[in-house]
This record gives sequence, structure tokens and C-alpha cells, in this order.
Amino acid sequence: MSDVATESAPPVALEGRNWGDLAFRGVLTAGALAVPLLMGFLVWELWVGSRMAVEEFGFGFVTDSVWDPVTGQFGAVPLIFGTLVSSFLALLIAVPLSLGVAIFLTEFAPPRIRQPIAFVIELLAAIPSVVYGLWGIFVLIPFLRATIFPFLRGLFGFLPFFQGPIYGPSMLSAAVILAIMVMPYIMSVSREVLLAVPPSQREAALALGATRWEAVISAVVPYARSGIIGAVILGLGRALGETMAVTMVIGNRHEIAASLFAPGYTMAAVIANEFTEAATDIHFSALTLVALVLFVVTVLVNAGARFLIWRVSKGRPAGGRGL
Amino acid sequence: MSAMIRLATDKLTAMYGKFTAVKSATLEFGANQVHALIGPSGCGKSTFLRALNRMHEMSEGGWITGRVLLDGTDIYARGVNPMQLRRRVGMVFQRPTPFPTMSVFDNVSAGLRVNGRPGKAEIREVVERALRRAALWEEVKDRLNTSALALSGGQQQRLCIARTIAPEPEVILLDEPTSALDPQATQRIEELVFELKQDFTIVIVTHNMQQAARVSDTTTFFYLGQVIEHGATRQMFTAPKHDQTEAYITGRFG
Amino acid sequence: MNRRVLRHWMSNVMVVVMALSVLLAVLPLLWILGTLVLKGASSLNGAFFTQMPAPAGETGGGVAHAIVGTLMIVGQACLFGLPIGIAAGIYCAEYAGTRLAKGARFLADVMNGTPSIVVGVFAWTWIVAKQQHFSGFAGSAALAMLMVPMVMRTTEELITLVPHSLREAALALGYSRWRTSLSVVLRTALPGIVTGVLLAVARIAGETAPLLFTALGSQFMSTNLNQPMAALPLVVFTYATGPYEDWHRLAWATALVLIVVVFLLSVAARLATRQRFDRQG
Repeated sequence: MSDVATESAPPVALEGRNWGDLAFRGVLTAGALAVPLLMGFLVWELWVGSRMAVEEFGFGFVTDSVWDPVTGQFGAVPLIFGTLVSSFLALLIAVPLSLGVAIFLTEFAPPRIRQPIAFVIELLAAIPSVVYGLWGIFVLIPFLRATIFPFLRGLFGFLPFFQGPIYGPSMLSAAVILAIMVMPYIMSVSREVLLAVPPSQREAALALGATRWEAVISAVVPYARSGIIGAVILGLGRALGETMAVTMVIGNRHEIAASLFAPGYTMAAVIANEFTEAATDIHFSALTLVALVLFVVTVLVNAGARFLIWRVSKGRPAGGRGL
Repeated sequence: MSAMIRLATDKLTAMYGKFTAVKSATLEFGANQVHALIGPSGCGKSTFLRALNRMHEMSEGGWITGRVLLDGTDIYARGVNPMQLRRRVGMVFQRPTPFPTMSVFDNVSAGLRVNGRPGKAEIREVVERALRRAALWEEVKDRLNTSALALSGGQQQRLCIARTIAPEPEVILLDEPTSALDPQATQRIEELVFELKQDFTIVIVTHNMQQAARVSDTTTFFYLGQVIEHGATRQMFTAPKHDQTEAYITGRFG
Repeated sequence: MNRRVLRHWMSNVMVVVMALSVLLAVLPLLWILGTLVLKGASSLNGAFFTQMPAPAGETGGGVAHAIVGTLMIVGQACLFGLPIGIAAGIYCAEYAGTRLAKGARFLADVMNGTPSIVVGVFAWTWIVAKQQHFSGFAGSAALAMLMVPMVMRTTEELITLVPHSLREAALALGYSRWRTSLSVVLRTALPGIVTGVLLAVARIAGETAPLLFTALGSQFMSTNLNQPMAALPLVVFTYATGPYEDWHRLAWATALVLIVVVFLLSVAARLATRQRFDRQG
């Protein structure tokens, strides 16, 4: 049926094995495996290292307030208190600011200045934490101590939050610096979320006679609500884990106080401060347990944040309210 | 007197998962001829083409039953390395795809190094020859080291053809090679195809029937995955045997 | 009528308020940079970059040991972190549907959100506790662990962006999968991957927390990764919280250097991507 072909060169044989591809896939798989292995190893080491403290203190770890390496008592309540208060206060300051900037940049700013301003604010995210701390110690705290704190005490001194002596290093100082640090994150994610809102939402509101501000606040923002909440929670996740800047301005005192001018402590800060000086096994174990708790909390918070942001990007609006 | 058969399929059925795109195609393609595959969108002609150089299995869920014979050897037999096969059966795609990080020269020589490293002088020779045969040499000979992306669409497609013919494959598969090009560029490529058949066996998928009538020696008409008719182009276009063929060719559907 | 005027007035007021918030947001950046330059620039002399720290309490001296230390620790971190991160990123892009890819992607995001102090604790229990001594190597291990998920995610994103048609063209020429991935896909995605790498290096170069009890810091020059080692961020922390005025001065200068390095790397990273677009445009 077919003649034998006479060719100038013998054709390439069709048979052959593909060792190169197998080796390549092997190398890549090894790299990919490193990720779950490292994560698992991290959790394992934290778990093992904290077992001594868990056995010694049990649930008391999160209900006792006394942290005394000398007598071997370790209660983490001031740490948890300090972490939560400093982070939530930071959000209180950062969220309105970040949202204001995000909304301004997506809705009102002239197009030419949008990118430069966004870039400048994202530069804030590139500043190392320790540099924030340095600035916090020598610039921010003296400034706050001289101006804002007395002002707050004068105006709101009837509240327990603004009573008591003003030292400088304090919960409020930590909250301010944390606010500056998380603001770029909340702003850039909110901006992305707002940009994903279909223009028809805003246009519909404007067509019904809303002012530009009203259109934004009643149509655009509610549509992006879960994404914005996600951005805020992402900021929370970052605030919870911030270490250097916090430990340099918070005063590092195992205390629970009502006054925001009083020094405090956070989980991340205590690890940074005490780890090199710990002398007893139980001390190390307690600090490792703090690390484990911090890890679990930040993982959960970040997962929640990403889920909410993902929901908006999938096109499921939180539900507009209309006018 | 029968022409030598370069490529043949034996009850080739191509599927994506559970969906059958090509149903039991048994065809022969003679050497040094141009064979057109025509049919309306979704009729399976592109899938069939991609099964000829084992690109079909690179798609999600792609698999086949049946045989495809290159010079009598089943290319789907166990032990056949698809890489080696694709050095003998080349493919040019619908949209020109020059490698963006490579120069014109490096693009054309890209297929040469897979089979051992020829010397620099030999590479230069092969590149020039391929570019000449692709009717591109005069236009690029002074800028061989510039980025391939600087060329026009038609030039880029001819570059892809040069890249495909440089390693001297036996068969060249063309998947709607001119549908992204303007009429002038299209004409140049059709002329090219006509010349190239002296050295290569060419199978071309086209949705443009006039193109099929102009360039091909045989035509196969696909419809809903089935081969409806297959034969000499002149005969198919003047006296088609099946009603469906005639309906498609005269433009009543598709 | 009156109501409408009020609403429009309200709208304009809110726009002004938001514009002010932008100013308020940009203010800290300018304030910090300004302070750094003011307090740090004057200390940037030859001695600063080439000399070792003076004995405690005395003035003068420099941070040469920390510059070398940072280079060594970050370099060692890249040695491990880059190959693993890039390989993992390529895997997740090329074999995207596999369980390993999905799991690795998820865990990389978890890793990216982990506080760096926790990674430092991990490196401590993994290496320092077992070896019974602090080392620059342990510090680089912690930094590598921070680096891997960053590089992995950017590599994966960029490889996924390479059009499938390019892969097909290479395969149709007879390229093997590995050659396609390396010579065509990776090469096309390279500028973006370089960007991701530079940004990751910028991030880890500024990290202090994971080094606190791994590399520990040192007052001496050393190129031995098996011992405690100095690093620029550690110098900033130690000197800023120390008692000596001269230490504070050095802290400002070191912080300025650190920020300049970090910013330069970030700018270089963005330039790398812009070049690619220009070439294709």
C-alpha cells in the first residue's frame, strides 16, 4: 500500500523515555512539599515546646494575671488584654482614616494623583517595624506626651481611660503606632474592593438624585461591605502580630490598667523581650505557649479576613441598601 | 499508481472526558500534498488535527482510541515519546506565537537544539534557509537580533512557519493559520503553503472554503465529529457526493 | 429646597474631610523620613560604614559588622529560600489542580500571615536549642522561612499569567515539559519573578524579630554563620533601647541606611516589571 520512503537522513526514532521531565517534576514536587512540611514542623515544635507550660498551668494560663519568672508563675491575661486592646484601639484610629483615603482615591480624586498617592501610602508598608519603633521612642512619644495626651486628659479626664499619670510609653502610644502601620494594608485592600464594585451601582444612585457622597455611602460602600470588613480584619491580623514597634513604645509591663496612658504588654512583645533572658525551662515553655496562642489567633483572624475578601471578589455583594 | 502515504488514521476517536469530538475517522494523507480539513465550528476538525501530533492529550481530559500512523508506525503505541514525534510533525497555530523573550534568529533556531547541538555555522545556515522558504528572509535579514515582537502579525506568522520548518519535520499541521491575518498576509501564506508542499506533507484546517479550494490537493469535510466526505479537492468542490457536503460548500449552513 | 442645599453642602464637606484624611495619612511617612534624614544623615561618614562599634559609652565607631552580618544572613536565607520558593511556585502553577498544589497554596498564605516573631521561636527550637548556641545560620533559616511563601506566591501568579499558547508552541516544536517550563515560560515570566524576589529580599532585610534570639546580634565582625552575628535591624533595636546618647545617634543613621536599602530594592523591583511592559508595548 505504501512505498518505502527514501530520505536524505533517517527520521528521528519515535521511541524514547522522558527522564528529564520526571526529574524536573521531582525537583518541583520537593520544593512544593517543603511548604506543608515546614508548616507542620513549626506547629509541631511549638506544640512540643509549650507542653510543659500546658501541663503546669492548664487553663489557668489564660485566666491568671501574675507573670513572675522568679517564682515560676505564668499567667497571660495581661498579655492577652494588651494585645486585644492595643489592636482594637489601633483599628479604631486606622479604619476611618484608611476608609477615608480609599474612598477618596477611588471615587473623588482626580485620576492623575491616584496612583502616586496610593504608591506613597504603600511605602509606609515597606518601612521596617524597628524603624517605626525608633521613631516612636524618640519622636512620637515625646510629641504625644507633650500635646495629645494632656489634651485628652483635659477633655476626657472624667473617663477612667484618660486618667492617671502620663509616662509616655503606653497602650495608647502603641495603638497610635500600630494604626500608622496597619493603615496602608487596610487602605490598599479596601481600595481594591471598592474598585471591584460595578459602576452601575454608583450610577444608579446618582440617577436617582443622590449627591456624590450619598451615592458612595449608600450604594458603593454597602456593596463592598464584606470586602471592607475583610480588609479591616486583615489589618487586625497584622496588628496582633506586630512586635518590634510595639515593644519599643508600650512600656512592657505585665499589668492590666484602665488608663490608656499606662504601660502594657502584648503577646508578641513579651516573646521579643524575655526570650533571650529566660533561664528556666518553664519560662521558655510559657513563652512558647504564648507563641502558639498568638499563632493560632492570627491564623484564624487572617483566614476569616481572606474568606470575606474572597466573597466580594466572587461577585457576591453584601447587599446594597438603596437610597 | 498510488501516491506514498505519509500519514494515516485508523478509526481515530478523540474525546474530552466523556464528550466525543471526533468519531472513528479513518483517513489517508499522501506525502507532499496539501490536505484541507473543513467543516463548521465545533465539528472536530481542530481536535482531529491536534490528535495527529499528540497535542490533543495535553488538553484537559483529552484522550483517544484508534491509531495514527506516521509512515506506518502507530504514534500512540507504547514507548513512543510524544516529544520525538513532534519533531517530525510540526504545528503552526491560529494566533502567531513568537517567543517574546527571543530575537528573530533565536525564534527560528529554537527547534534546532532539541536534538543535540548543531554548530553555530550550521544553525545560521538552517535559519537563513528556513526564513527564505518562509518568504521572510528579505524583510528580516538586517534585524535578525531584534525582538520578534517588533514584526507585524503576518510577519510573525511567517516567523512561526520558519520556526516550524527549520528542524525539517516530515509533516506540518496548520490550524487556521490565516484567520487572524489581513487579506494580503493571508495570500502570502497561501502561496507559501503551495510551495512548501514540495518538501513537506501539509494538513491545514480552515474555515475558509475558498482557501481550501485554492491551496489543497485533498479535502476532508467534518460535521459533528464525523468524516462526511474525503477526496480530491477539485472533485469535492465541483461534484460533492453527499448532500451535507454540498450544503456546506454552497454556504447554506455553517 | 433647603434640604437639597444641605445635602450638597454635606457632600462637599465630606469630600474635604476625606481629602484631609489623605493628608493625615501621608503625614507620618513624611515625618518619619524627615526625622531619619535630619537625625541620621549627619552620621553617615566613612567611619560609619567601615568601622566597628566603639567601646560602650564612647563616641565614634561604625556598623561595618552589621552591614556584613546583614549581607551574610540575607544571602544565606536567599540560598535556601529562593530555590524552594521558586520551585514550589512553578509546581503550583504547572500542576495547579493537584492536592499538593492546593495545599501548598493555602499553607503559604497561612505562612505569609504568621507573625515573624513566631517564626523566630520556631527557628530557635529547631536549631538554636538543639545546637545549644545562637548562630547567624539560625537567623537565616528563620528569614528563609519568611521568604519562601512570598516568593512562591508571586512566582506562581506570574507563571500563570504566561499565555497557554506559548507553552503549546514550544511543545509543538518537540520541547520537553521541563524545557518548555524553563526556556519559554520561566524566561517570559522572569522580570516579574525578579520583582517578587527583590520585594521579598527587601522585606526580610528589615526584619528584626526573627533574629532576636537566633542570630542574637554581636558587637564584633564575623563571617562565621555558626556564631552569633550582627545585623542592621538588630543594631537599630539594641542602640535605640540602650542608654548611651551615641548609640541613639548610630541607631538613627543605621535606620536611615536600612530604609534607603529597602526603598531602593522596592523601586528596583517596580522598574523590573515596567521594563517588560515597555518591551512588549
